[in-house]
Amino acid sequence: MKAQGKYQPLTYFQLMEVSLRELLVEKGLVTEEQLASAVEDMRQRTPERGARVVAKAWVDADFKKKLIENGTRACEELGLDLPALKLVVIENTPQVHNVIVCTLCSCYPRMLLGIPPDWYKSRNYRSRMVREPRAVLAEFGLKIPGKTRIRVHDSTADMRYMVLPMRPAGTKGWSEERLAALVTRDSMIGVALAKEPQNK
Amino acid sequence: MAEPRFSPGDTVRVMKAYPLGHVRTPYYIRGHTGVIERVCGSFANPEELAQMRDGLPAQPLYRVRFMQKEVWPDYRGNPADVVEVEIYQHWLEPA
Repeated sequence: MKAQGKYQPLTYFQLMEVSLRELLVEKGLVTEEQLASAVEDMRQRTPERGARVVAKAWVDADFKKKLIENGTRACEELGLDLPALKLVVIENTPQVHNVIVCTLCSCYPRMLLGIPPDWYKSRNYRSRMVREPRAVLAEFGLKIPGKTRIRVHDSTADMRYMVLPMRPAGTKGWSEERLAALVTRDSMIGVALAKEPQNK
Repeated sequence: MAEPRFSPGDTVRVMKAYPLGHVRTPYYIRGHTGVIERVCGSFANPEELAQMRDGLPAQPLYRVRFMQKEVWPDYRGNPADVVEVEIYQHWLEPA
């Protein structure tokens, strides 16, 4: 809080970003309006999009089957436009828990989950999730029973991954909208479970 | 497009090579043996794209499943735990 309002010089990368942006505009390659609208598009992609997909899969077995066979096509059927996203959806079960990491950088299904959290890009998460997933998950407050198998998905190339969390008990007959509110970003990365219903 | 050489269930070994440049095969998995989980399709070779070339012919890309115990001999956890990694065909050899 101390630094609030105080002038801070730009960091090396901020300066590089500003210089590149101004050059692109100056050379007429993009306009300020195009940049603003691209930023706005990115801002509008939030984990609610992914939650909608998960809730649909929970109530519609045919959709779930399609989603697991071809994630991109299933989402497009739902009216979500996923340009250039090759989506692989993997399902959590009582026997298998799935979790996503990109050890090389920070590949993430932004079209469905928005901007990745900072910890997802941290060296700590990236290097340890493939090495000691159970310890890392425990740090997120998620204790995976010893008899449950863990599948870590290292997102190293052209595919992007989303976890289909298990539907919480006590949600029978719930609408998709109500179910979607239980689906958190972290549950779709695999570092948490979907939320339990609060009241019956 | 290069012809896919492997199918789901095939056992493969990741080449233990250390070329310079932009390589999308993580260090920790080089030299390890796993099983093809699925064929993901064919994609321009990122090592070539990084050199401003077209990356063609496109390389088949696989998801390869490795047993954690094989990758990290001191791995603690369920012996059936796995790590799955996307690897381009030119990094794989039959095992």
